Amino acid sequence: MLTLHCPYCGTDADETDLHAGGQAHLKRYGPGSSDDQFEDYMFMRENPKGVHFERWRHVYGCGKWFLAARCTATLEVFGTYPAQTTEPPPDLRAKISAKRPGWTWGDFA
Amino acid sequence: MSDPISALQGRSTAGEVTIREAGLCGMITLRGELSNAKLRAVCKKITGQAFPEKAKIALGEDRGIAWMSPDEVLVMLPYAEVTDALAQIDSALAGQHYLAENVSDARALIHVEGGFAREILAKLTPADLHPATFGTGDFRRSHLGQVAAAFWMVDADTFAVVCFRSVADYVHDLLVASAKAGPVGVF
Repeated sequence: MLTLHCPYCGTDADETDLHAGGQAHLKRYGPGSSDDQFEDYMFMRENPKGVHFERWRHVYGCGKWFLAARCTATLEVFGTYPAQTTEPPPDLRAKISAKRPGWTWGDFA
Repeated sequence: MSDPISALQGRSTAGEVTIREAGLCGMITLRGELSNAKLRAVCKKITGQAFPEKAKIALGEDRGIAWMSPDEVLVMLPYAEVTDALAQIDSALAGQHYLAENVSDARALIHVEGGFAREILAKLTPADLHPATFGTGDFRRSHLGQVAAAFWMVDADTFAVVCFRSVADYVHDLLVASAKAGPVGVF
């Protein structure tokens, strides 16, 4: 069972308190973009075995969206951070690098 | 006008731990910028309580303020005073971005009173209710069985649960079943 720390209400939320929101840090391509860019945005998702970044909503708690970094293979949670973040915070990336040297995810490493 | 009636009309199931619907309780959902001094002042004026910290509840005799989310608090007060309190909030926060709504009749308040009240709740929610983590003054929104609920401790042996009115019957029966099954002896 997954337990994520909600960065808004500061409580440890169980998976059943949460709603999964899919991949984090999607860049939206809309009108004016190329077909390839739009296809990437609309359909292409990361599907890693290892480090992954996801959106979660604390639906039975404070109701806020937040982002989480975890390992899909071991369910280890590296950390959570507010949704108003366009890329994983540096300290979290450093923490992941210490545990999973050489990890990459999308444009991040 | 019809008389107000609480969800379970004070239904009480006695036992080693008593599950009792607490009757009518005035509740106001107040959303807005919680750091706003005017918002804090009007909450204090209505309840007489200091504004609660994150995930806490400030409780008085029959009034309180519960921290629901970073932009929402639940103001609790006697049922009859809600209309007047809403008017006070509206005048205090006029011109600002906020929402204040009377939700007294949309909620049910259930008390769980007795020696192993903590275990009765702990069996039904994924929230960590260990005495070291959850004590008097803490407030938690989570779920009980299949429905959303919020709860806090009134004193060492009493928990209060707030749920939606439509599921009050379910929550009451769920708590009764949990009480009937007896203590687990974990805490």
